[in-house]
Amino acid sequence: MKLADRVEAVPPSGIRRFFELAEEREDVISLGVGEPDFAAPWSAREAAIDSLERGRTSYTANRGMAELRAAIAAHVDDRYDLQYDPDEEVLVTAGASEALDVAFRALVDPGDRVAVAQPAYVSYVPGVTFAGGEVVDVPTRAAEEFVLTAEALERHGAADAELLVLCYPNNPTGATMSRDELEPVARFAREHDLTVLSDEIYAALTYAGEHASIATLPGMAERTIVFNGFSKAYAMTGLRLGYALGPPAAVTAMNRIHQYSLLSAPTTAQHAALDALEHCGNAVAEMRSQYDRRRRFVLSRFAEMGIDCFEATGAFYAFPESPRADAAAFAEALLEETGVAVVPGGVFGAGGAGHLRVSYATGLADLREAMDRIERFVG
Amino acid sequence: MNGRDEDASSRDDGGDRAELRALLSENARHSIADLARLADMDEAAVEATIEELESEGVIRGYQAVVDPSRVEPEPVRALVECNVTLDRETGYDDIAARLVEFPEANSLRLVSGDYDFALEVEGDSMSEVSRFIAEKVAPVPEITQTVTHYIMDTYKERGIEMSDGHEDDRLSVSP
Repeated sequence: MKLADRVEAVPPSGIRRFFELAEEREDVISLGVGEPDFAAPWSAREAAIDSLERGRTSYTANRGMAELRAAIAAHVDDRYDLQYDPDEEVLVTAGASEALDVAFRALVDPGDRVAVAQPAYVSYVPGVTFAGGEVVDVPTRAAEEFVLTAEALERHGAADAELLVLCYPNNPTGATMSRDELEPVARFAREHDLTVLSDEIYAALTYAGEHASIATLPGMAERTIVFNGFSKAYAMTGLRLGYALGPPAAVTAMNRIHQYSLLSAPTTAQHAALDALEHCGNAVAEMRSQYDRRRRFVLSRFAEMGIDCFEATGAFYAFPESPRADAAAFAEALLEETGVAVVPGGVFGAGGAGHLRVSYATGLADLREAMDRIERFVG
Repeated sequence: MNGRDEDASSRDDGGDRAELRALLSENARHSIADLARLADMDEAAVEATIEELESEGVIRGYQAVVDPSRVEPEPVRALVECNVTLDRETGYDDIAARLVEFPEANSLRLVSGDYDFALEVEGDSMSEVSRFIAEKVAPVPEITQTVTHYIMDTYKERGIEMSDGHEDDRLSVSP
């Protein structure tokens, strides 16, 4: 059977190889997991169960249940003082990943250039490629704490791009960007008329100050699509529920694809999400404080081992420099000899090589044991 | 007045004190070094703060949470509802001061609702616990009535579940 060229052009995720290696062993402590170790708050799970008991198993409106869209808009208004019309500017999707995919398909014409700040979540580059776009790699640097700068955008040719994709708090680095740091990026986007796709799925997991959204900067809401969801903040990854916020024309275009491919996001998950927004703020705060403790623990342990690691202040990742230049070889050896799985930074694209993504979405006892093993291994 | 309330400053917890209290409540066996890493403090400050919390009586002790069903012989525990009568000379604190002296009394709380004290009692056998309640608790002059509930099974104690917990069924490596 003939496969489409654009699919053949995209290699399988580099994560896959480490997954297979880790699966071969029994005693693995994995610091390679990109999802919370908590279960979704009970209140949200109960809402899902309740919706099933009441027989709420039909499709919802394409854009998502009106009540959920209103709750999302109210949450965002409350949090960022940004107003989105629930009827026109909110799209509920099967995870933020689906929202990103439909955004690429809705906004990218074949040959369009899409600047992607990297290292970054593994789906952006393939998503752009599947949509026929050309990726412009914009690497960020450890020396700048993996913050995206206007100079990097300029230097790597983002001025000619149609779109800019960024993700802060960042997977895989754990970097965050303050309002002041976002300002020059916003200016660059306005000057060069870039549409910005801002993946803010880790927004709730910001440990130094409040998360800043680029959409809140002057003149940005009208050129920005914000992606968020329930996977990370509410530990609901498996329920697959996210959303996009943006100008009506963009959201309508995204919905046109979404209505044909998904029809509507999973109904059970939408009920859980509504409850999450209404009742799970404390649970999020509690998980956040647990992550923050582990973050401090991991960063201190790396510092004590003499492993160079910038102070990641978001998501649940640290991104230390690999003790050996070849991070992939180091990660493989570490897994083989100690059973600790980490992901080499190179799989997350430009700027990631030579680093390791270390997830601290793992209980403290395992985290301590993993750090002890790493210390012995590098010592 | 209750002696615990005399020093109001001991309840004025914030910042590092609150963080250490939370960490120790979760796991009292964290090492000083780990507490320092988790709370972003230096070790000397951790030790000093814990000493402070202990000497002020904020932290009253450290215990293991034991699953009674895994202990041979399984201890017998009962919740005893106690109703009391007060007079000018005798307040709740006075009655409590007598009850806490019994080593069989595991916990004692003044509660709102249909009865006054919730007393948890532990012994080696049902007869031992019954005898204790009949001979030591019920005869206390201010105690007008007791209702005893034997504990049949324990599912969660001090925030810790007694089941073997949820398997981590996440993919071992994911993006």
